Amino acid sequence: MAIKRKIKELLKKREIVFKGGGDKAREKQVAMGKLLARDRIRALMDEDSFNEYDLFVEHEARDFNMDKKTLHGDGVIIGTGTIFGAPVCIYAQDFTVAGGSLGLMHSRKITKIMDHALKMRVPLIGINDSGGARIQEGVNSLAGYGEIFFRNTLASGVIPQISVILGPCAGGAVYSPALTDFVFVVEKISKMFITGPEVIKTVLGEEISMEELGGAKVHAEISGNAHFYARSEIECFDQIKKLITFIPWNNSQKAKSFEPKEPKPEYKVEGIVPDDPTLPYDVRDVIRSIVDDSDFFESQELWATNIIIGFGRLGGKTVGFVANQPLVLAGVLDVDSSDKAARFVRYCDAFNIPIVTLVDLPGYLPGVDQEHTGVIRHGAKVLYAYSEATVPKITVILRKAYGGGYIAMNSRHLRADFVFAWPTAEIAVMGPEGAANIIFRKEISEAEDPDKARKQIVKEYKAKFANPYVAAARGYIDSVIEPLETRKLLLHAINVSDNKSVSGPKKKHGIPPF
Amino acid sequence: MNKEGTTGKKPRLKSLGIEGTRYKTNFTKKFENRHKWEVPDDRKLITFLPGVILKVKVKKGQKVKKGDSMVILETMKMQNRITIHRDGVIKNIHVKEGQKVMKGELLMELN
Repeated sequence: MAIKRKIKELLKKREIVFKGGGDKAREKQVAMGKLLARDRIRALMDEDSFNEYDLFVEHEARDFNMDKKTLHGDGVIIGTGTIFGAPVCIYAQDFTVAGGSLGLMHSRKITKIMDHALKMRVPLIGINDSGGARIQEGVNSLAGYGEIFFRNTLASGVIPQISVILGPCAGGAVYSPALTDFVFVVEKISKMFITGPEVIKTVLGEEISMEELGGAKVHAEISGNAHFYARSEIECFDQIKKLITFIPWNNSQKAKSFEPKEPKPEYKVEGIVPDDPTLPYDVRDVIRSIVDDSDFFESQELWATNIIIGFGRLGGKTVGFVANQPLVLAGVLDVDSSDKAARFVRYCDAFNIPIVTLVDLPGYLPGVDQEHTGVIRHGAKVLYAYSEATVPKITVILRKAYGGGYIAMNSRHLRADFVFAWPTAEIAVMGPEGAANIIFRKEISEAEDPDKARKQIVKEYKAKFANPYVAAARGYIDSVIEPLETRKLLLHAINVSDNKSVSGPKKKHGIPPF
Repeated sequence: MNKEGTTGKKPRLKSLGIEGTRYKTNFTKKFENRHKWEVPDDRKLITFLPGVILKVKVKKGQKVKKGDSMVILETMKMQNRITIHRDGVIKNIHVKEGQKVMKGELLMELN
C-alpha cells in the first residue's frame, strides 16, 4: 500500500509546515496579542474557501549558516479563496518564521500570487507582519522588495489592492502598502515607519516610542497613510469584508449591485444644515439621510477630517462620496484634505464607481504653513482628479460654494454630469463680507458710519448674490432642488449615467501634481 | 475614539476667519499644533540637525564673508562644513569643540 504511505507522508510534511516557526514562536505571537498567520486568513475568508500554495518552498541562502536553517514556507503564506463569494488572492507574512523576514523565496511567493491576481483580475490582499529584510540574504532581499513594488504599481488601478498591517512593517517594506489602494491598521498591533525609534535616537537625539512614531493611531490620524483603523484584528477583518462588498473585482467591472433599501427613518435630510452659513453641522448626517439603509462606509475617518470620503449605495449601486465637513475647520480645503479627496476620486474613477460630491466650503485654509507646505500643488490635485475622472460625477451644493473651492468641488466647469443646488446654496466668487469689503471699499470708508454702511452693503450683496440663482442663470447648475428631492434625483442621475462614455485626447499618462 | 460631533457632549466651538467671515467650527490637532510663522533672524546661525561640533573655525570679533566655514558639525554620520549665510562680524560664539548640540540650537551670532 505504497500510495497510503505516500499520502501519510504528505500529510506529515504539511503538518510540519503548518507549525510555522514552532510552538515557542507561536506562543510568543499569541502573547503579543496577535493571531497566527493562517488563523488570520481563515478569519478573513469564507469558510473552507482558502487554498494554500507553495507550502514546500525553501530558501537557497548559504551564507551566515543559513544553509543549516529550515524556514517553513519561507515565512509567508500565499493562496486564493473567497470573501462573500468574491475570489481574492492573498499573502500573509508569518512572523513566527524568522520574524517574517523577507528573503528571496519569500518575495518570490508574494510576487507569484501578485502575478496570479493581476492575471485573473481579482483583488489582492497582503497581510504584513515582518521584521523587514532578511539581512543574511543581502541584496537578494532588496531585489525581492523591488519586484513587489513594481507589481504593486503595475496592478494599481487594474485590481483592488488591500494592505493589512498586523505587526511591524518597517523600512523599505512600508512602500508596498503605500502603493496599494487601502491600508488597514489595528490598535497596538500595527507599526509602520521608515526609520525606527533607535535610529532616530542615535542620529537625531530625539526620543520617541514605536507607538508614538508609527503606531496605528499615528497613521490613521496624523500621517494619513492608513485608511481604516480597528481596535482588534477581528474588527479589521470585518472592515475588509465590508470594503470588498463595495468595490468591483477589477477595473473592467462594476461593483456588485445589492437590493435597494430606503434610508432609515431616523435620518432626515431636512433640518440638518443650518441656514446661517457660519454655523457647523455633521455632513455625514446628510449622507446617511440619502444613502441606502443609511449605511455610509467612511474611509480615513480620523485624518484630514475637514473632508469626508467613503462608500455608500444608491438604489443598490456603489457610490463614492466626497463631502466638505463644516464641523471641522469649517470644511475648508487644505493640504491634507486635498490629498485625501483627490486620491479617493482617482480610486473611484479607476474602478467605475460614480462619485457624488456634497459641497459646503468657505474656500481654502489661510496660513503661512499651508502656503509653505504647498497648498497650491496639493490643492491642484483635486482639480486634476475631478477633471480627469470619467465616471458619472454628480454634485449637490448644500450651502456655501465660494471661489476656488466652488470650482474644485466637481463643478460643471470640470465636467460634472449633474449639478444640483439646495435653495440654501450660496454660489459666489467669495463670501459676502469679503466681496463687499473689496467692491465697496471706497463707499464704506467714506461713509459717515463705516460700520453701519458695511453692514448695509453686505446685506444688499447677500440678497443679490448669496443664492443659487445667479449660477443657475448661466446654467452652471442644472436645478435648484428641495433637500427632500435629493435622494430621488441622485438615484435618477445615477441611472441615467449608467452608460456614460467620454474620452479625452490620447496620451501616455498625465502629469498630476503629485 | 473621538468621532467629532456625532455622540457625547458637545465640544465648545472655535472660530475660524476666512475672507472676513468668522465660522464656528472645530479645529484638528494638526491645525492647533501648526508652526506659527516667525520672521527669521539673519544674525543667528542655528542648527537644523543635532550632532557634535568637531571644530570651531572662527573667533569672536572676526570678520567673515558669506560662504565662509564657521564650524564642522558631525551629523548624519558625516562631517559637515557649516557656512555663514551673509557677511558680518562674529559677535558671540555659543559652542565649543566637542560639544553636543541639539536641533534648533544657537551656534553663533553676527552683529
